[in-house]
Amino acid sequence: MNKPLIYALLLSILMVTAPHAEHLPPWVSALCAALLLWRAYLTRIGGALPKRWLLTAITLAGAGVILIEFHTLFGREAGVTLLILLTTLKFMELRSPRDAMVLIYLACFIVITNFFYSQSIPTALYMLATLLVIVTTWVQLNGESIALRPRLKIAGTLLLQAIPLTLVLFVLFPRVQGPLWGLPQDAFASSGLSDNMAPGSISRLSLSDEVAFRVVYNGLPPRREQMYWRGPVLWQFDGRTWTPGRSGRTIAPEFTDLAQPIDYSVTLEPHNKTWLFALEMPDRISVPASLTHDFQILRREPLKARLRYEVRSHLVYHANPHEPERQIQRALQLPPGLNSRALELAQRWRAEGSNDAAVVRAALAYFNRENFRYTLEPPLLTGMNNIDEFLFETRQGFCEHYAGSFVFLMRAAHIPARVVTGYQGGEYNDVGGYYIVRQSDAHAWAEVWLSGQGWVRIDPTAAIAPTRIERNLAAAVPDSAALPFMARNPPQWLRDLRLNWDALSNRWNQWVLGYNSELQFAFLTRLGMEDITWQKLALNMTFALGLVIAAFALFMLRHLFAQRPDEVQAAWLKVCRKLAKTGLPRPPHEGAQDYAERVAAARPDLAAAIRDLAARYGALRYGGEQDEHAKRAFLQRVATFKVRQGIIRDS
Amino acid sequence: MLAALRQRFNTWLFRPKIEHGTVVLTQRRIFILPTRQGLALAFLLVLMLLGDINYNLSLGYVLTFLLATMAVMSMLHAFRNLAHLEVRAGRADAVFCGETARFLLHFRNPGVLPRYQLVLRHENGGTITFDAPAQQDSEVVFPLPATRRGWLQPGRLTLYTEFPLGLFHAWSYLHFDTRCLVYPKPVDEATLPPGVAPDGTGRRSIAGDDDFAGLRVYTAGDALPRIAWKAYARERGLQVKQFAMQVGEELWLDFAAAPEPDTEGKLAHMTRWVLDAEAQGLHYGLKLPDGELPPGDGPAHRDECLRRLALFGTGGPR
Repeated sequence: MNKPLIYALLLSILMVTAPHAEHLPPWVSALCAALLLWRAYLTRIGGALPKRWLLTAITLAGAGVILIEFHTLFGREAGVTLLILLTTLKFMELRSPRDAMVLIYLACFIVITNFFYSQSIPTALYMLATLLVIVTTWVQLNGESIALRPRLKIAGTLLLQAIPLTLVLFVLFPRVQGPLWGLPQDAFASSGLSDNMAPGSISRLSLSDEVAFRVVYNGLPPRREQMYWRGPVLWQFDGRTWTPGRSGRTIAPEFTDLAQPIDYSVTLEPHNKTWLFALEMPDRISVPASLTHDFQILRREPLKARLRYEVRSHLVYHANPHEPERQIQRALQLPPGLNSRALELAQRWRAEGSNDAAVVRAALAYFNRENFRYTLEPPLLTGMNNIDEFLFETRQGFCEHYAGSFVFLMRAAHIPARVVTGYQGGEYNDVGGYYIVRQSDAHAWAEVWLSGQGWVRIDPTAAIAPTRIERNLAAAVPDSAALPFMARNPPQWLRDLRLNWDALSNRWNQWVLGYNSELQFAFLTRLGMEDITWQKLALNMTFALGLVIAAFALFMLRHLFAQRPDEVQAAWLKVCRKLAKTGLPRPPHEGAQDYAERVAAARPDLAAAIRDLAARYGALRYGGEQDEHAKRAFLQRVATFKVRQGIIRDS
Repeated sequence: MLAALRQRFNTWLFRPKIEHGTVVLTQRRIFILPTRQGLALAFLLVLMLLGDINYNLSLGYVLTFLLATMAVMSMLHAFRNLAHLEVRAGRADAVFCGETARFLLHFRNPGVLPRYQLVLRHENGGTITFDAPAQQDSEVVFPLPATRRGWLQPGRLTLYTEFPLGLFHAWSYLHFDTRCLVYPKPVDEATLPPGVAPDGTGRRSIAGDDDFAGLRVYTAGDALPRIAWKAYARERGLQVKQFAMQVGEELWLDFAAAPEPDTEGKLAHMTRWVLDAEAQGLHYGLKLPDGELPPGDGPAHRDECLRRLALFGTGGPR
């Protein structure tokens, strides 16, 4: 194993594992980095590789610690960690070209594990660069004597040639909808809303620039303050955390007096949860999912891949005006014996107000009038009575504080209420013509059930920070708050850049990452393919691949197949063919001069011309004549040599 | 039965025949099969594809397809690395038994791209790796140990390449009618038999190496050690030193006179005699059971003698 090859392998492994450093346990990253450095040092000084027992010990110890840390050696996180550790250890016993080959295969495999974590455009480009390094090393392994430049060229050629073929395969390879076997639970990281709400759970999300979903409206978009994207509905409160609770037997949702329909499509990022987001209130959706009694759209399976769906919502509605008693009771549940001051306040409003709507107004007025502040960094609520603590002491909170305490107050005043979480608002991308809803748009609001009207949305945040609803988060919190970049209002050019980038990412997501069996079907139908079956796809794929490979083969081997015909000889043979037609064929053994004399005798009219041609031919072919002019002149004379007429036109 | 069928199949497919002149490696002559590494990669790719399907990894599909199609393209590259290479067998100088015969092969790469990592392999497992630069002739010396006197034929050589990725093994067979003459290995030391005058009586001074007797003009075939280099340096032309020695006029190297009991031993002994006699500038001839070689001297005579010794009993000189 020569040194340059080992360094190239080191670079390959380093490039392919570097992105993993972000989520590997720090000790693994440190250990792997140390091992690679050690190997580089040993290569430099030409030292002996470590003994096998030492490597075995490190391997076993590493696997043991991984087992303790992850409680398994399989699954995504543990598997990737183990794979990277073993690859680095393999490096320590790299001795033969065979080991190098194994390392190259491992590097290719690690490339794929990177896609578990990110499949963005930058990741793809980085991995392409990594692949080029790996393939260059691969070529080096098979030809150590070749200089870097031709090696790079060969690797680059291989990769470039593979790209059109990959495109064919990508489009036509019959897609099977996974999973084939059960996914480990940790196969996909979940981000975004969870199915419970405690103080801090949504403000934490608002620090993330990550895209939750993108929306395209068919027609005019609704007003911003109507963009409430409904997610998990929380009924149960234990004094600190809101959870969905147990619904028991439920009825179908009931909408009356629907108005202001709006059609749009949502492309939802995978969040590993079952719910889909839609504007309040949805009544039609293009993918298999159910609408629950509390108006959530739920899928059967957690969402593992990006999903695009069409929805229709009505912005004006009466929802469940006939809610059964059981659900009313659920919407009045309170943890007993907690937050006595809040209970007292609500009961005072109830005593003052004549009806439910008046109590709601009183509560909103309370939030608005008292010195409440909307902030991302509220003081920590520590006690058991944290609603009291928030309402009467700290008075600083984020939407989850306001929604939670508002629902508490409503229930205390005997008005059925519940917490709704989801997203509010969105940013318009005029490059792509769609709205981006980010994690920082996560929101929580309240819903009260008023007799005759059904469930009515009340957003207490709007009473404290109306700008949060009308504009965005950045407008509602002080400039010093730690907001994600895009939630702020950056300069226009930066904003344009970001929006352009997002539009590109959206295309990428829709067409490259989201290319599944359905999209494949739709795309190929649009291209004019009919009755798509996998057999037909496979046939087309094979045919297209064959075509491209044949084209490459012709191109690559063109120098070999092209028997570069000698122009001079070809021209002479043409003359002979012309004469053969007049009954003067040249036998193969006859030389040019002899033939010319014979022709001259038989056809005196051609004598001068054929003698001239034969002499020129002889000079060019056998006389070592290399002059380009002489050749041109000969070729020109051949071109103007006419037999039938018996006239020679000389140029 | 199966072996016989296999043999016939191989005969039909590989057309083993001895060739002469320039061989162009056409499509018909190049065979290609995946290597073990290639099969391992195929297995890895299947695993990757299953993972892609299971985890719905779009970029995983892209990577899998890239690697797979790159592997397919590497087959074309391996093929191109051999295609239309022109090979011609060159001379192979005679060697003594125990030395290494060096078979010269001329490769011409008519293409515009260099051919990398070409490997010549002999059936005995010996290999030699070389590159053939674009539009150039390259000479490759293939060494083979000469273990027996007589004609050494390299037999069928395999020219193969696994470049660029080692996933495919492209090969072609080269079986040239080239051969190398292997002389018997001379014994270390032997005393020359005494010379005799042609008539068996008189003894007179003839060329020997005891006493310097003057210079004469060089004629083709004179032994190099006897050239008077000093005279040549003084620009007197090529001259040869002559020595006088009291020996017989003709030296007969007789098979029967060699002391060894066995044929090979006798031949080894005679080889030494021939070398020594030639080195001493003697006039010598060979007496072998299958005939005589009249006395003579000079490298051409020596080579003829050695050739007779090399081919003795191998079915006659061919």
